[in-house]
Amino acid sequence: MIKLNPKLSQKLSYTVLFMATMLAIIPVLVIIFLIIKNGASSISWEFLTSMPRNGMRAGGILPAIVGTFSIVLCAIIITLPIGVCAAIYLNEYAKDNLLTRIIKLAIVNLAGVPSVVYGLFGLGIFVMFLELGVSIIAGALTLSIMELPVIITTARSALNSVPQSFREASLSLGVSRWQTIRYVVLPNALPGILTGAILSIARISGETAPILFTAAVFYVPNLPSSIFDQVMTLPYHLYIVSTQIPNMPKNIIYGTALVLMMMVLTMSFVAIFARVYFRKHRKW
Amino acid sequence: MRKSLDYIIETIIFICGMLSIVFVVLIFSFLLKEGLSFFKDFSFIKFITNQFWYPNSKVPSFGILPLICGSVLVTLGACLIAVPIGVMSALFIAEIAPKGVRDILKSLVELMAAIPSVVIGFVGMVTIVPLVKNIFNLPTGLSAFSGSIMLGFMAVPTIVTISEDAIRSVPWQYKEGALALGATKWQALRRIVLKAAMPGIIAAIMLGIGRVIGETMAVMMITGNAAHIPHSIFDPIRTMTSTIASEMGETVRGGMHYKSLFAIGLVLFLITFIVNFIADLFLGKNKNL
Repeated sequence: MIKLNPKLSQKLSYTVLFMATMLAIIPVLVIIFLIIKNGASSISWEFLTSMPRNGMRAGGILPAIVGTFSIVLCAIIITLPIGVCAAIYLNEYAKDNLLTRIIKLAIVNLAGVPSVVYGLFGLGIFVMFLELGVSIIAGALTLSIMELPVIITTARSALNSVPQSFREASLSLGVSRWQTIRYVVLPNALPGILTGAILSIARISGETAPILFTAAVFYVPNLPSSIFDQVMTLPYHLYIVSTQIPNMPKNIIYGTALVLMMMVLTMSFVAIFARVYFRKHRKW
Repeated sequence: MRKSLDYIIETIIFICGMLSIVFVVLIFSFLLKEGLSFFKDFSFIKFITNQFWYPNSKVPSFGILPLICGSVLVTLGACLIAVPIGVMSALFIAEIAPKGVRDILKSLVELMAAIPSVVIGFVGMVTIVPLVKNIFNLPTGLSAFSGSIMLGFMAVPTIVTISEDAIRSVPWQYKEGALALGATKWQALRRIVLKAAMPGIIAAIMLGIGRVIGETMAVMMITGNAAHIPHSIFDPIRTMTSTIASEMGETVRGGMHYKSLFAIGLVLFLITFIVNFIADLFLGKNKNL
């Protein structure tokens, strides 16, 4: 083997690493570019606010937008309080013992369960056993369990970043433990918790597999009127129009993809900017 | 008054803390119950070794070997793409990129994880699939190969995020020590930093694998959905996840076919459980550095 000059080999390796980084970045830019380029022309007020017509080959995607919003809203209302409480327990109360280790392992595994398995679970428990049927609430419950580990993890790191001295100062004034958490720790951790919540909303807006058998249907003629209705959702609609319907006009597929992608990306950007903003403006 | 209120709230907090365990146990026992009732009628050995997945024929055969092969093939293919790209970009972002662009690069890499998998699947259908078909002159571009490419890129952000953390948590003294002995920066990175960060990197790879095995929508849209044992990476295949997703809608609730899909879910759950457990072990190791 030829022994390369160490300086030269460093240069070569850096170039290779740089190219690998580009390879990691370029695909996502290509995806975003393609969707925007082909989808922008189909976005119109009518597309966003009217019902699909003509076997979904014409008209708009309003019911899918409304469906996604209602499921995601329900899911976050359920999962946020539970997740934050669990994070408070882990960060403020839990001792370093076997139970805590088991909880942490459970969270790691909950995060790793494939989304389609959550779909199965939701179908068995919420749709069939609790007889909620294929409905917004069944889908929202399924998504809320799936999102729980993410909420717990982000909320926990937000709580953890509040300096210990804040707690000690409050406790030394004779304030109880819960009062300290309520009036000192939580307000300071709130920005971090909310950022995590926005990221979670973005993530579950795009999930398809968990709601495949728990909430989403091919087509509904009306907008949902209660949480026990079945709905169309954006990701499922995109799946349907891009694979299940022959001769689908391309502009509707790209339009749906664009609306879904922009919704998710906008929320992610808001979360990222919020994080940067709060990090600069925090009190410690 | 205030004391009892505190007590009630702290009890609620404790219960919420326990809920994660409850849910994991609930999901597992539920899958186990449905799976076991399936294995009463169809033997477990046949289930994982039979070569034919014909759930709807007159004498149904529920062999998931082709589905396991499909999942394994796509996962291996995806790893061949995601591991080198992921680890190299993590190294570049953590140690080589100028400080100013570091966060931008990382956010751009993580952007991929934010894109919904149906969108990725759709883009794969209109880009990679025809490309693969034309380049390799295949009857269809819907193949394990196309799926591997897309899933590979989907796993990159997971691997980069966690590897980068691991690389950055290597104590700076390690590198400084090597540099003081006259090593170039690259030698220090490759021989010292990379080695010290290895447990974290392995954990990152495991989590990436977990992500690929569990991926459903993109893989269903790109890999062709053909439940047979593949002979090459250019064959259409079908994974365990996409079988559940595409067949659940057609089953009779409570029938054999329905239960067989839960049995697949059980197998998937166990695989991801093991993968995540191993990842967690390695992550724990990294902390003791």
